[in-house]
Amino acid sequence: MRRLRKYGFVAGFLAFPVALYSVFVIGPYVQAFQISFTDWNGYRSKLRYIGFDNFIRLFDDEVFWQALRNHGILLLVLPIVTVVIALFFAFLLNLGGGPRGAGMRGIWGSKFYRVVFFFPQVLAVAVVGVLFKAVYRPDEGGVVNGALIKVGFEPVGWLIEPDLALWSVIAVMIWQAVGFYVVLFSAGMAAIPKDYFEAAALDGAGRIRLFFSITLPLLRDTVQVGWVYLGIAAFDGFALILVLAGNKGEPDGATTILPVEIWKTAFTYSKVGYASAMGVVLFFLTVTFAVLTLRTTRRERIEL
Amino acid sequence: MAKDTTMSRAAAKARPRTGVLGGLSHVALLIWALLIILPLLWTFLASFKSNAEIFGDALQLPGQLRLDAWGRAWDKAHVGQYMLNTVVVVFFSTSGTMLFGSMAAYVLARYRFVGNRLIYYYFVAGMAFPIFLALGPLFFVVLQLGLLNSHVGLILVYIAYSLPFTVFFLAAFFRTLPDTVAEAAAIDGASHTRAFFQVMLPMAKPGLISITIFNVLGQWNQYLLPLVLLTDNKDKWVITQGIADISTIAGYEADWPGLFAALSMTILPVMIVYIVFQRQIQSGLGAGALK
Repeated sequence: MRRLRKYGFVAGFLAFPVALYSVFVIGPYVQAFQISFTDWNGYRSKLRYIGFDNFIRLFDDEVFWQALRNHGILLLVLPIVTVVIALFFAFLLNLGGGPRGAGMRGIWGSKFYRVVFFFPQVLAVAVVGVLFKAVYRPDEGGVVNGALIKVGFEPVGWLIEPDLALWSVIAVMIWQAVGFYVVLFSAGMAAIPKDYFEAAALDGAGRIRLFFSITLPLLRDTVQVGWVYLGIAAFDGFALILVLAGNKGEPDGATTILPVEIWKTAFTYSKVGYASAMGVVLFFLTVTFAVLTLRTTRRERIEL
Repeated sequence: MAKDTTMSRAAAKARPRTGVLGGLSHVALLIWALLIILPLLWTFLASFKSNAEIFGDALQLPGQLRLDAWGRAWDKAHVGQYMLNTVVVVFFSTSGTMLFGSMAAYVLARYRFVGNRLIYYYFVAGMAFPIFLALGPLFFVVLQLGLLNSHVGLILVYIAYSLPFTVFFLAAFFRTLPDTVAEAAAIDGASHTRAFFQVMLPMAKPGLISITIFNVLGQWNQYLLPLVLLTDNKDKWVITQGIADISTIAGYEADWPGLFAALSMTILPVMIVYIVFQRQIQSGLGAGALK
């Protein structure tokens, strides 16, 4: 009787979540793999299998390669720049006050900076996109160009120049991301015992030395987590690019990334089969990235 | 205070590099803070400008305090409607996520039964898939269920896609709770369900708060799913869709102050909530990333 009641309880608690999750999440994912082998357009009731044709076509698709290249740039630049800036600020905020009294302390006003830095993180990406579309405006009405003109420079077409547009988008992503990683790394730094810094400071280590010899090695795990997160965030640049650059990744595909192509192919061109093939590629890229990052950055853990 | 300054002055004398470095640190921090504050402040000020002022010098302050753009954004551009829709959707989807997520996580973390590990990994696997892979099929699943262009459909989809991380996070949390309390509740004659709601859930409060904040933010900011699932009916749109649309329309109708008012209107409430709860939000999101 008691066993029965236990199993009833377990089943009752699991039934709805599992059903909901199966229908809306796992179902579509499984179907996506299936559809990637068809030429389905979203309307026909029967699926026609065409083998690996979609994947073969991807090889000759100029736009696909462009999206992949941009993706590569994002994947490399976004994590590196964000982690470096965030580490720098986190160090200043937590330990920048230098060794004083019992252990290290943060720089004056660190609470205020932390609150301000983190704020962009709570803004919706779509809102940030619209905001920066105005900030980047090519004439003197845009705040960046307005300032440039004031100082006597020519206005710059931040989102219009093909060589510049992707970098302008990446800058916005960094703008939004840094605060989160400052907080993340700060939490990591707070966990480092104060005696380590005291001992090193007694031995005459300066702040720069403290950072590279103590903080960084002891923070490796946190940085690694941050790295994976940023890599995955790079795959999600979708909303920002859609708002800032439209669904063709203007100018002329210079800012397009795989998610944008998937969305456009499925919902504008109704090529659901082809879009699913891109989705499958994206899936394997995401997994490869996560595994590679975790593998290559894994070293022996330093025990505190 | 005075003593403090003399002390730090003495310290600066002893190691002159500290002073310069300290100054540079402040400059760097201040620049980044300005990079964040200025665009937001500029948006806010631009909502009081006239069209001519907006196309003129960007660094000029508004000539007078015009409030009409705010009115237009609220009524004509439906920012009020979009906000209300978003609040309703996020309220129900986050409540649902927390209820079903904690139920599943609790059972998976604390009960032994055949298939437990399997179901746990079934949920956790959802974290590895990019949502874009599911997009096409998801649209047709929702269409066939007759839930397209409805808030109910969007809420159910939000819950479903929030479950993997919520279950993963909360299961880890429930595992750390002591067994003795649940046993005591059982001896006192509490049913499994009652033990869960009245004993275990309150104990898991810190974990629940973190993951609630994580889900509220994630669902409030969601843009992709509503774009796919709420296409036709503008009355049902959420704020992210609305803002992107207002931005497009502003180009045609040349109502730039209206756009900036709409932007300010969406940013301000978020800013107020953030300032009030910033400690919880930062630790909530941080904990979310570290688990």
